[in-house]
Amino acid sequence: MTQLQYKGTGSANGRTGSRYWRGKSAYLGVVPFLLVSGLFLLYPTWNVASGAFQDKHGKFSTSVLKEVFNSKVARHAFANSLEISAKTAIAGAILGGLFAWALVNGKPGGYFYRVAVALSSVLAQFGGVMLTFAFLATFGFNGLVANIALKVAPHSFLADSSWLYGKFGISVLYTFFQIPLMVLVFLPTLENLKPQWREASDALGGKAHEYWVRIGIPILTPSFAGAALLLFVNSFSAYATAATLINLSDFLTPLEIATALTSETGGANPAEAKSLSFFMVVVVIIAMTFYALLRKRVSRWEQRR
Amino acid sequence: MTKHIPLTTRRNVVKFNKFTSGSVAAALVVALAIPALSTTSASAAVNYAKITNASQGGGMAGLAAACKKEGQLNVIALPHYWANYGDMITGFAKTYGVKIDEANPEGSSQEEIDAAVTNKGTNRSPDVFDIGLAVAVKYLGTGTFAPYKAKTWSYLQFAQSIDPTAEVSPNYTGTMTIGYSGALGTITSLNDLLDPKFKGKIALNGDPLGSSAAMNGIFMINKALGGTFDDVTKGVAFFAKLKAAGNFINVNPTEATIASGQTPVVIDNGYIQAGVVKTMAAAGKVWKMYTPAAVGSTYNSAVSAWAPHPACARLWMEYSLGETGATIWATGGATPTLWVWLLKTGRASAEGKAAIGVSKIVAEKATADQTAKARVYLKTAWPAAVGTN
Repeated sequence: MTQLQYKGTGSANGRTGSRYWRGKSAYLGVVPFLLVSGLFLLYPTWNVASGAFQDKHGKFSTSVLKEVFNSKVARHAFANSLEISAKTAIAGAILGGLFAWALVNGKPGGYFYRVAVALSSVLAQFGGVMLTFAFLATFGFNGLVANIALKVAPHSFLADSSWLYGKFGISVLYTFFQIPLMVLVFLPTLENLKPQWREASDALGGKAHEYWVRIGIPILTPSFAGAALLLFVNSFSAYATAATLINLSDFLTPLEIATALTSETGGANPAEAKSLSFFMVVVVIIAMTFYALLRKRVSRWEQRR
Repeated sequence: MTKHIPLTTRRNVVKFNKFTSGSVAAALVVALAIPALSTTSASAAVNYAKITNASQGGGMAGLAAACKKEGQLNVIALPHYWANYGDMITGFAKTYGVKIDEANPEGSSQEEIDAAVTNKGTNRSPDVFDIGLAVAVKYLGTGTFAPYKAKTWSYLQFAQSIDPTAEVSPNYTGTMTIGYSGALGTITSLNDLLDPKFKGKIALNGDPLGSSAAMNGIFMINKALGGTFDDVTKGVAFFAKLKAAGNFINVNPTEATIASGQTPVVIDNGYIQAGVVKTMAAAGKVWKMYTPAAVGSTYNSAVSAWAPHPACARLWMEYSLGETGATIWATGGATPTLWVWLLKTGRASAEGKAAIGVSKIVAEKATADQTAKARVYLKTAWPAAVGTN
């Protein structure tokens, strides 16, 4: 049967009737996902956004938002959060990218490749209290490495564990799970870098660095930037690791939010917590918009196999 | 096919039915009347959500029976190692034969109230609270608590001054101490802490903006240096010195970090330290305590105004604020507010005396206003003193 014969049945413009819905029945599969994302993503976001624009008594006001925006403590925490997220995103992206490149250049489907990918998917989730305690037990005062370093190299930074309890220490901890995440996200793109392009470049007389500058990097950059953005958001919203390691409520914005919500000394202020969350949500939305735009560009290359 | 019933039998049946229906009706009336008659006894007519002392609920026996009927008590944020709450919970469950549902052991006082508000109207809402003074004062008179005077209420220290209507009742106080590993020698003065051998070893339990233990730790050091609750600059300055020397670290001390030696010096409540002494002794190590000044905090018990198990909640108040509860807290290293009366009337138990001594001097504590003032000051001063780059 041809298309014309089908057009004979149903309504005149084909936009109503059972035939229209038959094609759309696939959307039913999306309903559970919409329910879950609506309940656990959209509703809390709306709750935070609407709560940020209320004052203590629930009336519409931007006073709390302005107060948080102008607060030196909140700005310091936000600056710290942004700085650590950016640094760990770049460090994780570069190191993870290099590791992914090493994996791709090896035997595809080989033993090391499979073990590395499996390990990455586990370690990308290895954060929080376990990670902090692992580092404390290794590098902290009275830790394994610190004790060895005290005997072997007492003037190195490993013997003095105070580096762990500051911005640098937190960055190292975050990078620990950023690198595997980068490997997971970036590996498909690297696998799509066809060897034929390299051969074509060589055949036309191009040198190695010319291949990279003109072909390799332009193709990889959107995906690399997208993955780095993902790492940025991942590190920006991390809480449990920092909460266990650093005892200061003004160090990172998630820690400030936690204090504003659960302060034992009567300082709990849900409006302040929602305002801080609102600013975090704004940053995440901006980052994720860029990520979506970059992915659109990348998917063009990944489609053509 | 219908059965043929003889007329006579039918008539008899009808008659019999009339008779039996009459007697059944009479029996029903009597059966229905029995509960109505028994409403004269206290337990059936008492609304346990509204009583304000045990005698209105049929005394301890009435409370125990009503609680047994309710069958469960919901508690929240009571870690087992905190002032011996483990024994308190198991003791209550065994004595009165009810199940205890424990929620969120590591929660803060604010989280207790939040949980009650979010779970309002459900069966999972917490029945009783154990909250710090700042949070208790914040919610006084807002309808969150149901006033209830336990039998021992008039003997509890600070009960009258904190809230004469007994919406909250002070239950135990703890003194802040500096607990440290015996391997570091003996601390005899605050300035010992500035010694290089304490490099990277001193931790405070929490952040003063979030944790009352941290706030009271600062108050204690402040008092030892001659400051007052209204002015904590001396205490903060000392911590700044510790941080500059590299002795103070920002890690949150937990049982794990203490056991592994990450935080050999911890400034925390005395009743927590008492638990640490026990666990360290079990591992063959020594944990000592040094108290430069007596500063404490009072925790408060309260009944939730919408407790799903009101009789059990009030029975818990009687249990924990009475002699049994006081002994359990004392063995856990916390000083129950009943302690002074127990000592005076000679009813203090031997284990309690061994654990917390016979000192009638109760540690000073900050009022809610002083805490609020300190919090505002610390919001900028604390990160400036011990903040990390």
